[in-house]
This record gives sequence, C-alpha cells and structure tokens, in this order.
Amino acid sequence: MMAQFREILKSQTVIVICSVVLCLLFLMTILAPWIAPNDPVAVNLAHKLQSPSMNYPLGTDHLGRCTLSRILYGARTSLGFAMLIFISSLSIGLIIGIIAGYKGGWIDQLLMRIGEGVMAVPNLLLVLGFVGIWGAGLKQVILALILVQWVYYARIIRGMVLSLKEQNYITAAKISGSSQWKIIKKHILPNVLPPLAVMGTLEMGWAIMDLSSMSFLGLGIQPPTPEWGAMIHEGKSYIRTNPALMIYPGLMIMLIVVSFNLLGEALSERFGIKRR
Amino acid sequence: MGTYILKRIITIIPIFLIATLLTFGMINLSPVDPAEAYLAAAHIQPTEEILAQKRHEFGLDQPLFVQYVNSIVKICQLDFGTSYVTNKPVWEEISSRLPATIQLTIGSIIISILVSIPLGFLSGIKKNSGIDHFSRFLSFLGASIPSFWLGYLLIFFFSVKLDLFPVEGTGTLKHLILPSVTLALPLIALYTRLLRGSVIENLQEPYVLFARTRGIHEKAILGKHVLRIAISPMITGLGMNLGKLMTGAIIVEAVFSWPGFGRYFIDAVFNRDVPVIQCYVLLAAGLFLLSNLIVDIVQMYIDPRISRKGRQYP
Repeated sequence: MMAQFREILKSQTVIVICSVVLCLLFLMTILAPWIAPNDPVAVNLAHKLQSPSMNYPLGTDHLGRCTLSRILYGARTSLGFAMLIFISSLSIGLIIGIIAGYKGGWIDQLLMRIGEGVMAVPNLLLVLGFVGIWGAGLKQVILALILVQWVYYARIIRGMVLSLKEQNYITAAKISGSSQWKIIKKHILPNVLPPLAVMGTLEMGWAIMDLSSMSFLGLGIQPPTPEWGAMIHEGKSYIRTNPALMIYPGLMIMLIVVSFNLLGEALSERFGIKRR
Repeated sequence: MGTYILKRIITIIPIFLIATLLTFGMINLSPVDPAEAYLAAAHIQPTEEILAQKRHEFGLDQPLFVQYVNSIVKICQLDFGTSYVTNKPVWEEISSRLPATIQLTIGSIIISILVSIPLGFLSGIKKNSGIDHFSRFLSFLGASIPSFWLGYLLIFFFSVKLDLFPVEGTGTLKHLILPSVTLALPLIALYTRLLRGSVIENLQEPYVLFARTRGIHEKAILGKHVLRIAISPMITGLGMNLGKLMTGAIIVEAVFSWPGFGRYFIDAVFNRDVPVIQCYVLLAAGLFLLSNLIVDIVQMYIDPRISRKGRQYP
C-alpha cells in the first residue's frame, strides 16, 4: 500500500504537487473568514502603509487595510468568478458543440462560422469592446468572458462528436432504435466529458488571468472588494515606497495560474489529449 | 499558386463580414444612443427636434439592414464616424496614436524573434540538456506571468532599484526596452516552444536520415534544411498572434503610460465612446485576418509542399 503510494508520488510528481497547491488554495478560499487576521475592507488611516507586524503579517495598504486578509479574500473573488465563467462557458460550449457536431448540415455551418467570427477578434479585445458598449462592471466582464470562452469548448466538442459519430457502437445504437437524446446522453457525453475536465484545468488559469487583467484596468471588480488584479492596480502608486503591495497579489496570481497550467498540461500529456 | 492566394482572399471576406455584423449588432444592442451622445459631446441641450434631426442625419431612422450596408460602405472608405467625446473623426484620432503602438509591437517582435529562434533551435537539437530545461522553464514562466505584473516588476527592479531605465514616457531607445520586453515575454514563451517541438519533429523525418547517409555535413543539414522547415509553425504563430500582441499592448501601454492607441482605447471603453471601440475591434479583426493571409503566402514560399498539395488534392 505504502509502496504503491510512493510509486504514484514519484511518477506523477507534477500532478501531485499542483493538486496539493490548488487544494490548499481552495481551502484558503473556503476558510478565509476564519483564518484572515483582520477585516479585508476595514479602513484605518491611522495604520496606513505599515510594514509587517504581529497584527498585520504582511503590512497594510494605503487605506490601512490588512494586506494578508485582502489576499485571502481575494482568492475567493478570483477563484469563485473563474469557476463561474468556466462552468457557464463549458455548458454553453457543450450544448452548441454537440448540436453542431451531431446534427451537421447548415446548423453546424452557421454555428461554426459564428465561432470563427468570435475567434477572429482577440479575446481581451472583444471583452473590452463588450464592456465599453455595455458599461464597466463585474456583470458585463463576466458575461463577456463567457461569450468569448464558449467558442473554444464548442469547437473541440464538435470535433470529438464528429469522430465519435463514426464509431460502430453509435451506429449499432442507431440501428437498434435508440433515440437521438439517448445516444447523446448514454454514448456521447460520457466520452466527451473527461477530456473536457482536463481542458478545463488549462482554461481556469486563463479565466483567472483574464479576470485579473480586467480588474487591473479598473473595469472588472470594483473597490473595495478585494481582488488580486485590483490590488496590483491600487498598489502600483506605492512602487517606490511599498513594493510589497503590488508584489504579493501578483505572486498569488502567478502561483495559481502556474498550478492550473502545469496540472492541465501534465494531465493532458498523461491522457493523450491535444490542446486547442 | 495564384489561385491558392485568390482562394484564401475569398475565404476572408465572409469572416470579416461576420466580424462587422458582430460589432454592428453590439452597437445596436448598446443602450447608448449615438444622437444623444453626439449632442452631449457637443454641449448642445438635447430637444426632441434636434434629436430627431441628428438621428436622421446619422441614418438611424432607416431600417437596420440599410444601416448595416451603409456602415460597411463607410468602413471600406475608412470612415469610422466621429468620437462621442472629442467630436473629431475616429480615424484621425487613432492614426495619430498608431506610430507609438507600432513602435512598441515591432520592438517586441524583434526581441521575441532574436531570443526565441536561437533558444528554441538549440533546445530542439539538444533535447533534455541544460539549455533545453532553461528554455522550457522560460516558456512556462512566460505563459503564466500576468503581463501587467511583469511590467511593474521590471519597473521595480530596473528603474527603481537599479535606475537603468526610465519609469515611463517615450522618445529614446531606453524608453522602449522595458515595455517591449514585457510585451515580448509571452511571445518568446510561445515561439520557443513551437520551434523546439517542430525541430524535434523534423529531426525524425526521413529527409534528415537521407541527408546524413549522403554524408552531408551535420551543420548544413541543421541549418539549411531542418531550421528552414521547422521555422514554419513559428511563422504561423507570429501571424496568429498579431492580434494578441495588439491586446497585450493595451495592458503594457497602461502600465508604462505609453501614448499609443491601446491607452486611447481604454479611455474610450471608460467613456463608452462607441465609434472608437467599433473602429478598434474591426481594426484588430482586419489585422488578424490580413496577417494570417500574409503568413500563408510566406509559408508557401518557404515550404512549396503547401501549394502543391492544393493542386494535387483540389
């Protein structure tokens, strides 16, 4: 038993380490209200721009708010909204990809051309355009990110469905009189979902990065809600005196993106899944 | 070959039309009324009469389809309307800021090519060596660092601590270095990775074995044959990423207060200056499609198999 465990640890080092890091981060987001030393939004100008102390382990920002608490709560915002974006765009992509791949014909052509149109404009630009027309705010940013992301899922799922459709067991199911819905539910979905889970780990990293870039530009999450990108935005004015204000949140973004990327890559290598 | 290029150009048109349709749809769904926004920018008190007159002037009282066709005709004449904020033609505003952005993007393309070709090539031919590990580490880092944070880190180390480069502004080569490096790192990551993979793949090809059996010098095989063919996915990557470079420039310009049109675009987003946003999005889409076309043509010259394939299997 122990030997087996050690074997897994050795052969899958990257997967194990990244999973542990991500689990810790998830734990951190859940436990934030209990482990954070201070209120993340409590302004106390008497304690502004302090260096690390017992009360404020990572110091305070320009409004006297505890940096550590803000980072802990920031994980909640970043991970939470990234999950929301991931799940919504995956669901939309799944539905559209299956319809396009399974039905084929003009529906497929139409959906894929729309997808190509979306992909012709760089992601961030489309998001910015959307936000510009509909006004800045978290709702708009999240909606825009979902609108951009579904295309990638839809294209990959369509490709998988196309090749699955040619399999003998699907033909057999058709001949034996299974309904379309039943074929999709029983035969296509179970085959499509595992590779999607792997792809999702890669996309989570992107979602977090995109979201924090938007907050950095001041368009996404609005103050005083703690978010890492917004924290860098606020901390940049103190780059000469208090560089820590901008270094810590950036480190957190990098840590989380690196973990998701490494995990996604290791998983896709292990299960032989091609990236987009 | 001519027919191949022609075919590629024809496939671009519907995609561009869809992109225009998307922006047109976005604008029509937008809660901002162009006539009201125009009057607000011109400091004219909006009355029903003036609003109706302006709407007629802008063609907003016509059917949607007519509006769409009109907008395409205007786009083809490089007429993107007037900015709601400054009341000047959008194209004029954007083209005056274009040089700064082009300077920045060209700088970063040059840096990324200079770094990634030697790095990717060496790590490809010396798989699992020290340089290979280094380049893989670098490409991983480049893909995972948020560029706005990288920009501030560079400012912190090189401008604040070491005082080597100015913090912001433009003008000299020194001003250009930090922003270009910031913008280049994700590209370096991508190209190094692409070139490495492609070199490794090409070394397995029969033509390399054949050249070796003919006794051709290893250096000539690598330099003349392998590099020439292996570089092709990198060129595709270059074309595919021009659009990304443009959005990357938005963030880098915000970090370094670079007076390019990325910053202008962010201001437009804040002010909901719809014509500017539309122009920018269309420009990016056009750039993306055009660069893909150019890449395809360049690739055909490098690797003649592509156009021949088209002839054999039409």
